[in-house]
Amino acid sequence: MNRIELTCNPFIKSALKNRYPQLAVFIVMLIGYIFAILAGLIGTPVGSHNFSIVFVWIAWWAILILVAVPFFGRGWCAVCPIPLPGEWLQRGAVLAPPEKKPTWLNLRVPKVFRNIWLQNISFLLLALFSSVLLTTPNITGIVLAAMLFAAIGLSTIFERRAFCRYLCPVGGFIGLYSQTAPIELRIKDKQVCVKCEGKPCYNGSSAGYGCPWDVFPGGLTKNTYCGLCMECIRTCPHDNIAVNLRPFSADLARPSTRMDEAFKAFIMLGSAMIYAGVLLGPWGALKDAAYNVGSSAWFIYAAVFLAIIFGVLPGLFTVAVYLPIAFAPRNHVTTRSKSLRQRFAQFSNSLIPLGLMFWVAFSLSFVLTNASYILGALSDPLGLGWNLFGTANAAWQPMLTSILAPAQTLALVGGLIWSARTAQKAANEVKVSPTPVILYCFIATSLMLWLLL
Amino acid sequence: MMKKRTAWILLGFLSTVVAFAPLPAQSAAPQTRTFKLDARQFAYSPSELKVNAGDTVTIQLVSADVVHGLYVDGYDISVEADPGQSATLTFVAARSGSFRFRCNVTCGAMHPFMIGKLTVGANDWFYRSIGLASFVVVGFFPLSSFLNQRKKKDERDIAF
Ligand code: SF4
Ligand code: SF4
Ligand code: SF4
Ligand SMILES: [Cu+2]
Repeated sequence: MNRIELTCNPFIKSALKNRYPQLAVFIVMLIGYIFAILAGLIGTPVGSHNFSIVFVWIAWWAILILVAVPFFGRGWCAVCPIPLPGEWLQRGAVLAPPEKKPTWLNLRVPKVFRNIWLQNISFLLLALFSSVLLTTPNITGIVLAAMLFAAIGLSTIFERRAFCRYLCPVGGFIGLYSQTAPIELRIKDKQVCVKCEGKPCYNGSSAGYGCPWDVFPGGLTKNTYCGLCMECIRTCPHDNIAVNLRPFSADLARPSTRMDEAFKAFIMLGSAMIYAGVLLGPWGALKDAAYNVGSSAWFIYAAVFLAIIFGVLPGLFTVAVYLPIAFAPRNHVTTRSKSLRQRFAQFSNSLIPLGLMFWVAFSLSFVLTNASYILGALSDPLGLGWNLFGTANAAWQPMLTSILAPAQTLALVGGLIWSARTAQKAANEVKVSPTPVILYCFIATSLMLWLLL
Repeated sequence: MMKKRTAWILLGFLSTVVAFAPLPAQSAAPQTRTFKLDARQFAYSPSELKVNAGDTVTIQLVSADVVHGLYVDGYDISVEADPGQSATLTFVAARSGSFRFRCNVTCGAMHPFMIGKLTVGANDWFYRSIGLASFVVVGFFPLSSFLNQRKKKDERDIAF
């Protein structure tokens, strides 16, 4: 289908293939990350004046959800500093493979964990504590450090990037939503791979490492688990790897039927709605409950949170998926041949664009209101009274408040159209009606509009 | 192809109408309203205020614990109240719609989420947005499946 190969451009190609541009970005990111940890631990406890909170939860979050994920898919993972120290240690090198490989355990991750359930759980854990995490520099510093050390630990025990693939709380949803992005890394010609000896893209060679994300590039059909690390561009001896520009959400044409991925979609959809209500709504009692971790109100909040995500949302969705099957004519071939479970997972892919746009709409409000803290935190990152760039006393001022509501509507209604089309295509494949699923998306969108506007 | 484009243009046009068509102005006589708002970490009470467009609104902000502020989105006006003290903000609610008001003095951890809601007149934009969303669902999908069915006769047996 209509794709434009970006790696045709020799400049882009060598910039991706060469290890130094990537390394330069890595170093900047790693310094920023370590500084965020330190700022969180030793800087002011006032969140809005601490680099860790302002740069992680306002600046990074804005870039991630408004730009990186929608347009570059796993683009963030391509420059993410979290797995680097562990990866360098595991490889015994920062750049190309060394002569002598270090001997770590190099175990394979047990089969039960080779899915994204652990990522679902790690995300939910952070989500339940998010009010504290988002506002307390100490906690943000500790969580950032914990991710760094977990990644290092896992690198010494397991092969490749076990942390990224199976544990990272952020990686799970980036992967899910990266399917909507207009960018992909794929092979150019299947036949070349079939004949290729040794498959260095997976097994590694002197030119580079075997896929750190444990995928076989030759078999890539969706973005979810390719971290865009560019290793396979370096290792493929047949120049068979391309980075393409492609239509949005091309991966959703072939919907996944995995339950862990289906529930990821519900987790993300539900969290966006809950956050919109709790954090941006006018209800003080909800905020108290979410913030006072350990209190009985918080336990109720946590229980409701989980009930919405694992009960209400998927429950109603099951009804929406079941209706067309129940009313299908007896002789309808394809309709009854697949289990409800499979159909559920398949249709839950329609919630991916919707969920992404829910997050965009939610984040727009949060980010535009608080972006002016970035200037202050830049000049006085630890809140110690510095004034590095003369912007330390920049006043808090919400940005673009007049276009916020129209932009949110555009995002949400756009997301609804996008999801409805996805549902329609999925329904056409199996010849059932998409109407109940579209109705489900409509109700969710209306609720989100009500919460945000 | 031509049909599809026409459908899209029609949809775009009607959406614009739903989004921007002027509504008859509501004609409630302007009043003077006074609200006493208690501010504490991290909420206002009451947290939802409703007035009519053109009303003169006075907010008396009383802080129960630390210094709190109140900034009204869209109006770009604010007031601050010291602990135990009250401060007053008076303005004419000339712009209709729904606006968040929020604390603009750092007052503790959840400060960025200390938020209330002021609705001036009806929250038109919300209803228009719901209108747009329903429009998309009811208007576009039967239309597109109609176009699809004309293209592919074999999809006639779609269930439901
Ligand atoms: S999965 Fe997580 S740790 Fe790994 S690169 Fe992506 S964001 Fe970073
Ligand atoms: S190394 Fe290149 S040609 Fe060989 S299997 Fe991998 S992508 Fe295909
Ligand atoms: S090696 Fe290739 S397929 Fe594997 S994660 Fe990196 S870019 Fe993606
Ligand atoms: Cu405050």
